[in-house]
Amino acid sequence: MGLAKRIIPCLDVDAGRVVKGVNFVDIRDAGDPVEISRRYNEQGADEITFLDITASHEGRDTTVHTVEAIAGEVFIPLTVGGGIRKVEDIRVMLNAGADKVSINTAAIHEPEFVKQAAERFGSQCIVVAIDAKQVENDTPRWEIFTHGGRKPTGIDAVEWAARMAEYGAGEILLTSMDRDGTRDGFDLALTRAIADAVSIPVIASGGVGNLDHLAEGVLQGGADAVLAASIFHFGEYTVQQAKEHMAGRGIEMRL
Amino acid sequence: MTAGTVAVIDYGMGNLHSVASALKHVGAQRVLVSHDPAQIGEVDRVIFPGVGAIRDCMAEIRRLDCDKLLLDVLESRHIPVLGICVGMQSMLSHSEENDGVDCLNLVEGEVRYFGDDLRDANGNRLKVPHMGWNQVQQTIDHPLWQGIEDQARFYFVHSYYADCADRELVAGRANYGVGFDAAIARDNLFAVQFHPEKSADAGLTLLRNFLHWNGQS
Repeated sequence: MGLAKRIIPCLDVDAGRVVKGVNFVDIRDAGDPVEISRRYNEQGADEITFLDITASHEGRDTTVHTVEAIAGEVFIPLTVGGGIRKVEDIRVMLNAGADKVSINTAAIHEPEFVKQAAERFGSQCIVVAIDAKQVENDTPRWEIFTHGGRKPTGIDAVEWAARMAEYGAGEILLTSMDRDGTRDGFDLALTRAIADAVSIPVIASGGVGNLDHLAEGVLQGGADAVLAASIFHFGEYTVQQAKEHMAGRGIEMRL
Repeated sequence: MTAGTVAVIDYGMGNLHSVASALKHVGAQRVLVSHDPAQIGEVDRVIFPGVGAIRDCMAEIRRLDCDKLLLDVLESRHIPVLGICVGMQSMLSHSEENDGVDCLNLVEGEVRYFGDDLRDANGNRLKVPHMGWNQVQQTIDHPLWQGIEDQARFYFVHSYYADCADRELVAGRANYGVGFDAAIARDNLFAVQFHPEKSADAGLTLLRNFLHWNGQS
């Protein structure tokens, strides 16, 4: 009895439309982020993460409206990531109804931004996203990569996570770029290394292909929450099924 | 009393969009987000929210006279008041946060830190902040708990917790390495550590109950 581990479905949104196929049975409009969020909420999602991959400036206005629409009818925590570079970006998203923002590249270019953001808005709404790739095999070591995993930064992922926690991040969203899209499961060694290194919650991401992977992220990786996109989008599993499966493996869940 | 008009007290700390939006969703006719005494003088009930560090919150509460406002609605007008998160913590006597901060002392008690070496019953390390869905044990019957199962889960995010001196005021308890007061109730005041506006059905039920509460337990 106590705090439940969380399942967080993630939506990749481009100019107000969910990309990467979404295929719910009996859904009217498979690309509508509001409808999809509502569906996940009904299935018992513990939070929703909305990753904005919109490139154009006009598209960003659409994103704000979408966030407003989701926040107006889904009453669970909502995190918005993608393109958060300035204090003003955070303010706009929080005003639109986001509860947390996820900062990625901007933290690497300007680590002090995380400190400013946490001081201004509180650590509880600052998530730092880390995209990491394994760079050594003998004694595993992971480095931060940017540009969708193409560009190395030379920064050690474990040290970076600890530094971001010290700067006031309230949570770490950790994605293994080696596993992202593979459906082979989380990088459990990476997840465990980061979870042990920081005192703030860690969300595991990248590589989920089945429900056991979610359970392993918590049981072996030590994650506090697990994030997945495709296994839910394609209607393979509902969030409820995932939660029941994890509970069956002895993990405390909100059922 | 009907759902009527609700004021969400805005003392400049954090985002009140979620609270206002959830209140409208459960049937509030009108939601004002304000710290203007004239406006608040016309509402039927008041939400006292809060996020962020307690020192900054207390400074703004006092600078904007929200302490007087709260006293007025609680003790002169006797309308229902719901405190949320740091809004609840600010009502206690004192907080350990920011090297110790005096709070409003409306409810006698201390706000304590979870600690850097928090562990569960099996000795496993617990992360701080306490973030996510935890169970709340309802320690009294109260109109605000109506239709909510005992041990229902609510969404929490906090590093400090309330410890009331008068145990008769405790309305709900939760556990995270240590047992703590998750809800307090006294007369027309109800206050919760969790975020009902982010707690899906259980939270929306509590907010709906608040809109229909006459302020008596």
